[in-house]
Order: sequence, then C-alpha cells, then structure tokens
Amino acid sequence: MNFDFKYMFEIIPELLTYVPVTLYIAIASMIIAVIIAIFLSLILVNRTPVLHQLALIYISFFRGTPPLVQLLMIYFGLPQLLPSFNSITAMTAAILAFSLNVSAYLAEIFRAGLESVDKGQAEAALTTGMTYPQALKSIILPQAARNAIPATGNTFLGLLKNTSLAFTVGVTELLAQGKLLATATLHFFEAYMAVALIYWGLTALYSWLQSWYEKKISKAYVREV
Amino acid sequence: MIKVSNLQKSYKSNQVLKGISFHVDEGEVVAIIGPSGSGKSTLLRCLNFLEKPNEGHIEIGGIFVDTAKATKKEIHQLRLQTSMVFQHYNLFKNITALKNVAHPLRVTKKLDKKKAEEIGRHLLEQVGLSNKADHYPISLSGGQQQRVGIARALAVNPNAILFDEPTSSLDPEWVGEVLRVISRIADKEKTMIIVTHEMNFAREVADRVIFMDDGFIVEQGTPEEVFDYPANDRTKKFLRDYQRQITGKTDNKMEKFAIV
Ligand SMILES: Nc1ncnc2c1ncn2[C@@H]1O[C@H](COP(=O)(O)OP(=O)(O)OP(=O)(O)O)[C@@H](O)[C@H]1O
Ligand SMILES: [Mg+2]
Repeated sequence: MNFDFKYMFEIIPELLTYVPVTLYIAIASMIIAVIIAIFLSLILVNRTPVLHQLALIYISFFRGTPPLVQLLMIYFGLPQLLPSFNSITAMTAAILAFSLNVSAYLAEIFRAGLESVDKGQAEAALTTGMTYPQALKSIILPQAARNAIPATGNTFLGLLKNTSLAFTVGVTELLAQGKLLATATLHFFEAYMAVALIYWGLTALYSWLQSWYEKKISKAYVREV
Repeated sequence: MIKVSNLQKSYKSNQVLKGISFHVDEGEVVAIIGPSGSGKSTLLRCLNFLEKPNEGHIEIGGIFVDTAKATKKEIHQLRLQTSMVFQHYNLFKNITALKNVAHPLRVTKKLDKKKAEEIGRHLLEQVGLSNKADHYPISLSGGQQQRVGIARALAVNPNAILFDEPTSSLDPEWVGEVLRVISRIADKEKTMIIVTHEMNFAREVADRVIFMDDGFIVEQGTPEEVFDYPANDRTKKFLRDYQRQITGKTDNKMEKFAIV
C-alpha cells in the first residue's frame, strides 16, 4: 500500500485556512435562505392565492433539480439573460444558488413546524383575550421554531457539504485547494482524504453543537423522571 | 348576563345549530347535555367566536353582537367577556403551569410580571396545585393539566366561564378532583355554562339543565325537572340510553349515578 500519512497530516493546516471560506458560503447562504423560507412558509400556511401556487412551483423546481445545475445556471446562464449580472462573481453566484436551493427545503420544514403546533393552543389563547398576533409571538412561533430546529440543522449539514460544489465555478474554497494540492503532488488520495477529514470534523462539531442546543431548549417537552 | 337569540350555524350544507335561544342569569350555572353531534360544542364555540355563527344575536356582559355582521373589534370585545375550559386542556406547552395562568394577564391586562404571577400563584393554590407552579404541562397528569386550565380560565376574571366536557378525556381516577374544583367555583357565584356527559355532576352543580338534540334546545328546566320528570320523548330516550350505558358498566359508580 502506498499511502503517505505524513503528507496527509502535513497539508491539513494549509487546508484549514480555507475553512473560513467554506463557512462563509454556508452561513451567508443559510441566513438568506432562512429569510426567504419564512416568507414562503407563511404563504404556504395561509394559502395566499396566486402566491401559494408560485411558491409551490418555486419549491418544486429547486428541490427537483440538482444544485450543481442550479449553480451553473446562475453563474453562466444568468449574465446571458440579464446583462446586469455580467459582473457576478463566482462567490456571489454560489451564495445565491445555495440560498435559493436551501430556501426551498426550509420552506417546507418551517410550514410543518407551524402546523405542528396544535390549533387548540391558539384557540385557548384567543379565549383568554389574546389576539392572534399575540398568540403567534409568545405561544406558537416559539414551539414552531423548536419543532423545526432538528430538520433545519440537517439541512444546514447538507449545505455545508454542498458548498464544495462552488469549486466548479472557480471559488477557491476547501475542496478547490485540496484539488490543487492533489494535482500538484499527485498524492490524490491523501489530499482528498485530508479534505474529507476536515468536512467530517466540521459536520461532527456542528452536530455536537446542535444536540447540545436541542437538549438545552427541550426542557419544557421532556418528562422529568 | 348571557342572552342568545336565534343562533344558527352551518358547516357547508350541514346545519348544526338551528336557531338557538336561551339566557343565563348572573351567577347561574347551566349544564348542557345531549347526544353526541347534537351541537353542544358548536354552541359554546359560537359564544366566543371560535366558530363564526351564520346568524343570531349574542349578548354577554353588556356586549351585544349581531353575529352576521360582527366586526373584528366586536368579536374581541365579546371574547373578553368569557373564558373557556377545553376537553383537551389546550395548555400552552412552551411555558410552565404558573406562566400558563399569568401570561395571558400580562398580555391582555398589561399587568407587570410580579402582579400577574401573584394572581397566578393564588389561583393555582385554589385548584390545589401550588407545588406544581414551575412544572411544564407535559409533566402534569391529565387532572392536573385540567386544573391549570381552570385556573387560567379564572385568571382573566371573565363574566362567564364556558366548559366543554372538562372531564371527558380524563382517566377515571382524575375525574373527581376536577369536578370538585368546578363545584367549588360554582359555589362562588361564577356564571358558568358546562357541556358535560356526567349527568350526576350536572344534577349536582347546575341550577338549570338544557337538553339539546339535533341543533335544537329540546327541553330545559331545573335538574329535577329534566332528570326526574322529563317532558319530551327525546329527553326520555336520551336519559334511558344513558342509564343503560352506565348500568352496563361494572364499576361501583353505578348506584351513585342512578338518575331515573
Ligand atoms: N369544523 C367542523 N366542520 C364540519 N362539521 C363540523 C365541524 N365541527 C362540528 N361539525 C359537525 O357539527 C355537528 C355538531 O358537532 P358538535 O361538536 O357541536 O357536537 P357535540 O354535541 O359537541 O358532540 P359531542 O358530544 O360528541 O362532543 C356534528 O355533526 C359535527 O360533525
Ligand atoms: Mg362536543
């Protein structure tokens, strides 16, 4: 077997300097996606005429096509359609593509979260004299958000890994740098393994953070024994 | 105190309330009984506009609403006149027992936290749950949850409290404690409308009993009148069926619940 452990560990520090780029793409995309998804989910729950149908088409499209195709469409296709996008950078295109893609998944998650809070609680709030917005704010949204956190977290994990697609349009992130080292030294397996280990570390760290957070906020929902 | 006239409610082509009129005096306790599907819950839920009636007038505590053309503001005003205790408790699951009682006070009466929680603690004490103030609903038994529900309904100090089968989803072991709490409130001259399948309880606690069937009020009167000397055939049949169902059960509540 010809596997150079030493080389693999040597390049990890260099690769780590690209983690901020990966995190930047993931977090920026996530924030934009959450904002879009909140609007989409409210449209879905309220079945707003016309907007509801448009939202369904949007969601179906972005869930039903590969994220890589979406990214290529936005980076190479958009400037062709709209000249004002001529100067779009690869980074912006990647963030835009991931935002749209992830928002489609989050919209369904948020809708389910809102609908998972039983109607009886809203009714009870009304009978105590609270208005619907007051009930939404203090009773329904906190529970909806909590119910949506696990699935939202999984979506973020998927996004974190999918940011590697950005290298196809020329963003120098973690995978791009790994590929560079791999082809330069011909240590393909070592280089990609190092990249994989870093992604693994990131996702493991994130999963740990999330389960810690879920435990922290689930106090109201678990029977003490 | 409560005056309802010609209240009508349909779901699509299914007319559930077919012109209901009745009144409840201040301090009076009215029990509504009747077969499943007769419209008892719908009637209660129309009184606080959880369901929007199609027609009829409702007056509660000086607020008069023509239900066919009620404005948002009128509906809100009407809702402030009553509170409700639900079959499935409907406690706010994200906050503690104490906050379930106190939070609506802070929001609707703009009380500060200290004052609201003081009232909340006092009411939890009245329903025998002082020691559960900081528990979340999930860690309470059905009977305890329902008693929190009652404390929450009392807290906003409404003109009347509406109960929709407050003991129907409870395990038999918890029914007694909840009924005792309701009786105690009834004794305090609170105006109450109680939809219930517990006939013995209705007889004990109510000043007046209303028998509903198929969207109509068929018969009403004192518990003695309705239970011991029912005039209408449908009332008689309902009570007979109820009696048969009770005696069919082999528990020791049998004799206690004998009615006719
Ligand atoms: N949201 C709804 N949509 C359509 N039909 C409804 C709805 N709510 C109630 N109904 C119908 O209205 C009728 C009366 O229902 P309601 O719940 O008022 O009866 P009830 O007397 O409370 O019965 P129970 O003793 O079983 O609680 C039933 O036929 C029911 O199917
Ligand atoms: Mg009912």
